[in-house]
Amino acid sequence: MVLLWIFVGIIALLIIITIAGYNTLVVKRNRTRNAWHQIDVQLRRRYDLIPNLVETVKGYAKHERETLENVTAARKLGMDAKTVGDAAKANNMLTETLKSLFAVAEAYPDLKANQNFLALQEELRTTEEKIAFARQFYNDVVMNYNTATEKFPGIIFASIFAFRRFEFWEIPEEEKAAREPVAVKF
Amino acid sequence: MARRTLYGMIAANRWRTFGFILLFTIILALVGGAVIRFFQYYYGVWGLGPYIFFGVFIVGYNLIFYFASAKLALAANGAHKADPADYKRLHNVVEEMAIASGQPKPEVYIIHDPAPNAFATGRNPKNAAIAVTTGLYEMMDRAELQGVVAHEMSHIKNYDILLMTIVAIMIGLVVLARDLFWRWGFFLGRGRRRSSGRGGGYLALIWLAIGLVLAILAPLAVMLIRAAISRQREYLADASGAMMTRNPEGLGRALEKIGATYHKMQRTSTATAHLFISSPKCKDRINPKKPDKPVKVNLFASHPPIELRVQRLRSLNLAGSYAQQFAWARADADAGSSSVIEG
Repeated sequence: MVLLWIFVGIIALLIIITIAGYNTLVVKRNRTRNAWHQIDVQLRRRYDLIPNLVETVKGYAKHERETLENVTAARKLGMDAKTVGDAAKANNMLTETLKSLFAVAEAYPDLKANQNFLALQEELRTTEEKIAFARQFYNDVVMNYNTATEKFPGIIFASIFAFRRFEFWEIPEEEKAAREPVAVKF
Repeated sequence: MARRTLYGMIAANRWRTFGFILLFTIILALVGGAVIRFFQYYYGVWGLGPYIFFGVFIVGYNLIFYFASAKLALAANGAHKADPADYKRLHNVVEEMAIASGQPKPEVYIIHDPAPNAFATGRNPKNAAIAVTTGLYEMMDRAELQGVVAHEMSHIKNYDILLMTIVAIMIGLVVLARDLFWRWGFFLGRGRRRSSGRGGGYLALIWLAIGLVLAILAPLAVMLIRAAISRQREYLADASGAMMTRNPEGLGRALEKIGATYHKMQRTSTATAHLFISSPKCKDRINPKKPDKPVKVNLFASHPPIELRVQRLRSLNLAGSYAQQFAWARADADAGSSSVIEG
């Protein structure tokens, strides 16, 4: 009789531990998904801003066709991306092309004085920053989640309930050195 | 471990806030009870009415404390809601830091004052506000503004804001009560003596005595509370703010700029001084006669010296964990002394 009760007790304890372990992982996974969503919102915002920017720049700098085409191409690549890795790559490229676009704009005083351009520039600047910070937050949360699925006893629940690792959003090396995204200072 | 330290700290902050409120309530109940008792004895009326009334008052003002202290702190410093059209960059930077810290965006306020300063208030991250002076907004570039806002976001995230705001309101009330008792004491003393016998004189004397006690106690309480809560939190918010932007240089430069200005804030009050990122009084930051000499720091200062804060920020290792930074901030619990501190 006593043995039976001990047995029942152990089973109950195991169930409680399993539920707790599972729930911990679910919370962390949702946090990670939410963090990804935050990046996504900002990426979309940037995609929305770019056509407007391209139009504005076109009006003043007709000869910079190649730079503008690069921006548009990188934007399309980012919008078509399916995985975190692809999106990261395309958006790093987009950041680069925008950097050269703003460098080109330096040569056009009329463009630099355009109110619309200035507003767009601030918008893009903040979106750039938000992407960088959302990415940083996402990577922190992913690290937290991945560690939880690899640590004991988390690894047991992770393998039973198929909690997969999340991909980090890779940050290009040169940006790591100087964490100043697009330098659009005039 | 690192995260437990952070959560442990937040929990400790909440308990401390609760303790402060409880202590203040007990003191108020004792003082109020004594005053009612005295009146009843003096006029010979007895009854529970005044006590019940006073009890309701205490509960009511505690609720007001919790829900309106942030509004009071903002109003006391002349902060207005920042219009997103006029302060686009400020709104954007606050949004950026909200994303970086994974917190909701706090409300953004502006104070029309050329002195560069900023503070955060509220009762939790969902009901929080950041106020920035126009002087600061105009003086700082984006990285510096990010540093300042990140510092304030850390205060919000660590639940420093509730404790610091409530302490500010408490100090404000004590100072107000002191003035009230002090003036009424004189007023009653004069009025009564003219009309009739010695009764009024007694009342005035007692009134004055309470005023005197408060006059001595109030500044002492201010100093004690400040010493207990403020300085260590500033270091901590500097560290976690730098962690938030991953760019200690931004906040470091911002602090240097603040430290190098001679402006004094137009509306300074003892009650809310510790809310700000740097002391609103010029003399706490810089010595106008000897600008190159470090400011003498006393034990009751509301803020650590700026040079030390900048030094700390520059020695910060961002690759290190949160735990390391908290250890770093804690090691400095009584950094009022200007002794050299190892990095």
